[in-house]
Amino acid sequence: MASLGELERAVMDLLWAGQEAATANTLRDLLAQSTQPQDGSAGHVGKDLAVTTVLTVLSRLERKGLVERERGTRPHRYQAVSSRADHTAELMHEVLGSAPDREAVLARFIGSVTDNEAETLRKLLGRS
Amino acid sequence: MFWTSYFLAVLAIALAWPVPILLSRAQWPARSPFTAMLLWQAIALAGGLSMIGAMLVYGLEPVGDNLLSGLRALGGMVFHNAPTTELGFWHIFALSAAALLTAHLVFTLLLTYYKIQRQRRRHRELLDLLASPSSDGPGTMVLNVDSPVAYCLPGGARSVTVLSDGLMAALEPDELRAVLIHENAHLSQRHHLLLWAFAAWRQALPWLPTTRLAQESVNSLIEMLADDVALKTESKATLIRAIAIVASGSQATPAVRMAFGEPRLSDVDPSQPGATGGSGSAGTTASRVSRLLSPQPPLSEPLRAAVLACCVLLLAVPTALLLVPGLLG
Repeated sequence: MASLGELERAVMDLLWAGQEAATANTLRDLLAQSTQPQDGSAGHVGKDLAVTTVLTVLSRLERKGLVERERGTRPHRYQAVSSRADHTAELMHEVLGSAPDREAVLARFIGSVTDNEAETLRKLLGRS
Repeated sequence: MFWTSYFLAVLAIALAWPVPILLSRAQWPARSPFTAMLLWQAIALAGGLSMIGAMLVYGLEPVGDNLLSGLRALGGMVFHNAPTTELGFWHIFALSAAALLTAHLVFTLLLTYYKIQRQRRRHRELLDLLASPSSDGPGTMVLNVDSPVAYCLPGGARSVTVLSDGLMAALEPDELRAVLIHENAHLSQRHHLLLWAFAAWRQALPWLPTTRLAQESVNSLIEMLADDVALKTESKATLIRAIAIVASGSQATPAVRMAFGEPRLSDVDPSQPGATGGSGSAGTTASRVSRLLSPQPPLSEPLRAAVLACCVLLLAVPTALLLVPGLLG
């Protein structure tokens, strides 16, 4: 049985790939057929998957603010809040941004480089 | 009692203003970053202690011969309605300021911790969905981003080092190893705890020059410490190349590599894409590289011992001044 983390990832991949909102049933079917075992062990995400499990995963994703639900229809249809590219950009913004407390959140190999510094760096490298 | 408060006030001012400025301009921290790091921590702790201590001792002067008996008397006033007539306006003012400052510092420390944890959790959630595990080990993930980026996200057992596709493409295996060792050194030496404490301190007292200077110095000292760990297994040239390539950002990496191989720097485009203008770590990269290129010997044993003695004294003297008279009397 796949872990909730793997399922969340698989569901998000489907929602990001799909054009329109999908119901939990549709997602379950897609998961069941799309994930053939890839390298033997962790691949069969969709095998023996209950719709309630998919709903659990969706509500976890909703709580994390990654998925939203169309409230008008029954059964509910779910879609990604923003695209994969937007979320990647959000991460990069946090990594590269210059918020004062960013440095305490994560440690970059190279921090922001100023123009002067880049100049110094080039001079230093030129000498070596 | 009275002189104690004057002495602590003078110490607090010295630690808030001239001492950190001198230390941030000194050259030796790059030679012995660990010792310098200890000194910064001692300055921060002793600064806070003497600031609060000076106000407490001054405020309690009329009601007790020493801090402990003064605090007992104050407790009587607060909790048992003992008469407060002995305390003048300025005494009460100093006591309130000491209480407020203590509460402010503790509260900011906790608030900063909470905010950092929340941001890290959110970042980790997104990473779990967006990044793929790397072949370099369980604690390493690869993110599909073109610019060369490497960072570590602390989180106890779930700490992770993140590399971008762009970085993997731009670096040779040995350079990549240097980056990974560098990032893992941050995690294993628990640098995030230092960053948290100094970030909180700056958040609490942003108008105090010490807090900014200390945070900037600590940021660059931990990078030097992590570089030193990488140098144990990787060569200096490898590390410098890795730093130069990552620092030049999305700029055409072959040009940088070429410029490094043979010093034809005129070929490199002078417009620098890595220049995002962040404030905190400005100057760090250049000082890291110059430290690697022209290495200085570490501080001599006696000098290091002297700095460590300073650290101990900085913490011991205010503590002793505050507590010993009470314990003896």
